[in-house]
Amino acid sequence: MNDKNHRVLFKAERISKAFPGVQALSDVNLDIRAGEILALVGENGAGKSTLIQILSGALAPDSGSIYLNDAEIHFNHPHEAEKAGISAVYQELSLVGNLNVAENIFAGYQPVGRLGLIDIKRMNQEAQRWLNEFSATFPATEKVGNLSMGNQQLVEIAKAMSRDAKVLILDEPTSSLTLSEAGLLFDLLRKLRERGIGILFVSHHLEEVFEISDRVTVLRDGQHVGTVHTAQSDEQEIVRMMVGRDLGDLENLHGSTEDLGDVALKVKGLSRSGKFQNINFDLRYGEILTFFGLVGAGRSEMARCIIGMDVATEGEIEIQGQKARLSHPADAMRLGMAYLSEDRKREGLYLDKTLKDNFLVTNLRKVAPGGWLNWGKLDALTEKYVDLLTIRTPSLNQKLKNLSGGNQQKVLLGMWLATEPSVLIVDEPTRGIDVGTKQEIHRRLRELAKQGKAILAISSDLPETLIISDRIAVMREGVLEGILPVAEANEERIMVLAAGITQKGDRA
Amino acid sequence: MTTATSSTMSTSKKPTWKRILEQREVSVFLVVLALSVFLSLASDNFLSRANINALILGLSFNAIIAVGMTVLMVSGGFDLSVGSTLALAGAVAGYAMVFWHMFWPLAALLGLAAGLLVGLANGLIVTKLGVNPLIGTLGMMSVVRGVVLLVTSGFGISNLPQEFNNIAQGKLFGIQYPVYIMIVFIIVGDVLLRRTRYFRQSYFVGGNMKSARLSGIRVNRVLIVNYILAAVMAAVGGLLLTARFGSASVSAGVGVELQVVSAVVIGGASLAGGEGTVLGSLLGITLMALIANGLNLLGINVYWQTIIIGAVLIIAVAADSLSRRNQ
Repeated sequence: MNDKNHRVLFKAERISKAFPGVQALSDVNLDIRAGEILALVGENGAGKSTLIQILSGALAPDSGSIYLNDAEIHFNHPHEAEKAGISAVYQELSLVGNLNVAENIFAGYQPVGRLGLIDIKRMNQEAQRWLNEFSATFPATEKVGNLSMGNQQLVEIAKAMSRDAKVLILDEPTSSLTLSEAGLLFDLLRKLRERGIGILFVSHHLEEVFEISDRVTVLRDGQHVGTVHTAQSDEQEIVRMMVGRDLGDLENLHGSTEDLGDVALKVKGLSRSGKFQNINFDLRYGEILTFFGLVGAGRSEMARCIIGMDVATEGEIEIQGQKARLSHPADAMRLGMAYLSEDRKREGLYLDKTLKDNFLVTNLRKVAPGGWLNWGKLDALTEKYVDLLTIRTPSLNQKLKNLSGGNQQKVLLGMWLATEPSVLIVDEPTRGIDVGTKQEIHRRLRELAKQGKAILAISSDLPETLIISDRIAVMREGVLEGILPVAEANEERIMVLAAGITQKGDRA
Repeated sequence: MTTATSSTMSTSKKPTWKRILEQREVSVFLVVLALSVFLSLASDNFLSRANINALILGLSFNAIIAVGMTVLMVSGGFDLSVGSTLALAGAVAGYAMVFWHMFWPLAALLGLAAGLLVGLANGLIVTKLGVNPLIGTLGMMSVVRGVVLLVTSGFGISNLPQEFNNIAQGKLFGIQYPVYIMIVFIIVGDVLLRRTRYFRQSYFVGGNMKSARLSGIRVNRVLIVNYILAAVMAAVGGLLLTARFGSASVSAGVGVELQVVSAVVIGGASLAGGEGTVLGSLLGITLMALIANGLNLLGINVYWQTIIIGAVLIIAVAADSLSRRNQ
């Protein structure tokens, strides 16, 4: 990247935006050059989402100006931004699953023939042209609902490019992709960069940022901390800019054998047809056993059977040596289990309800001992965990959707910890949250294990797995490939099991 | 940390008056109050004892049905068959009393049981068969109305025993019993929904069904019970209405479902579930009854009623969604 060859394509100056009770952005500057990939990073609540919503016309700033090719522009609506050549791809894709790829790409802009009817043939051809250009492996006539997340994202990008996008804004595009899908996405982004497109890329994964971006802009608490050239920086520096302090080396958070107690959960021959087969393991009090695997290895499906959300086709579960029959999550709760789902927004939290109400749902028994709700008890319970987990919220009556992702995750943890479970199952406990909160949650999990809780974690994040676990169970395509004590585990051995490369008979 | 959180807590709290005004019950109450003041000035008859009595008696039947509908809609359910269920309860009880000479309390129980069965069917259709509530209960609305026609051979059933009719025609302190029955149901319903562990679950079921199940709530059970509750309350309304007129009519309750759903929505519930209170629904019912009453008193063509009630429904929901957008 040589700056001189790349003119500034898109520029935002002194952007400020306040919401009731929070200054989300103050005087933020950002510029994207033609033919570059600019990464936007920051902790949850740093203002990234607000900024990209403003840049894509979904939200109006309180003050500040936006320039495209040195001309100041104003948008009142995302359509106007799109017309000007600025397209955003959000985490929640905007595609219609029942329609085919071509129809999605040309939604609202279908080529018409005589009589004003949609020219299906031309639409399919033009869509196919875009797909070919991006080396897509599926036809334009495929139903979008049949495509993988990665391919859907490709359709979304093709849609933006077909509308002549000059600036492409991607909000955490890899969060729902597998490793190989992310690789394909990066190839595509590099192609677009060569064509002179300016790309803004929001990410939580610093490895990605270093792999793909030319420059990095860092936000902290709604302020622009700085912009650096990726090649001249390193992870340490970026993290320091994001957090405002050195995080120090990633400590390992392993427990000691002295913490180990009895077997809390015993799983014998558990299967669910089409999802996972013949899973056997013991989970002891005081330990953290992490299930690692690639997306789709069947780990969450297994957890859902353990807590009675889904029904296993075969196998047994014992809790504290007692055979347990679980046909509903309520049964698991009564036996002292808690399950934090991987998709906190859709399965776990009530975003339209207040923080307090979210604590109510898992603790109905506790705050309504005789069947009558005691609001004072609920306040006290909620406040206790808000303090314990340092959840940042203006009040207990704040609607959850107004909290940052990291704080939402803490609420999920808090509302389940409040049930005082003895077995805690956490599915992707730090997905989509910032480095600082991530570390906090890791420490908290270890503390809980030390207090004698049995913790079953599910993670697709290998460094995280190595930091928090006492033992690591690796699953691949529904099969438990092996369980390694953390002392014997390293990235290579785990990936060999997870990816299914059986070499040297090196199975644990 | 305690100090840090509590200090941030106080800073962004809205003024108390603003938060009170944002409560839907308060805004609907203010509209009801303003309308009452207007009507008492515009018409000499509005505040007359006879008019007030008729007004309250008239709304008590829908208000009772609204109690069940509110609980159901909070949990994300919906019942279009309440009007038919209302007629069914009256027809079944009437048939049993007239043709089987059944002791009237037993006949009334039989009417309630018929309602319970309709509710159970609705609940099973929605939860176990996975039929959208709008469609499922629309179907049941037609099925149940057909059953009413079969039971009564298409004619009403009259000559009901006077003891039965007394449950709606009898008076205490000059006020008919249904008014007291409504007050009891409203208070009990409101308190149950606000304060009890069991009924509070409905808010979570309506708020996010998947999360509710993971939170250990037996979602289907809650929904089925709520469908039964809505239908049984409709049956109660049907029995009272039958007693009031001394006959079971085949066309009783036609259109009641839309009146009740509209009132519950005006009172703060959402079709998506998770919101609403019994008190709000009562205010919604009262508002609609006041409009009808006022138009009558002012001598305005009754056909305007349906137009105005439709407009009020749209305005109430639009005002709510606009105020949310500005948050």
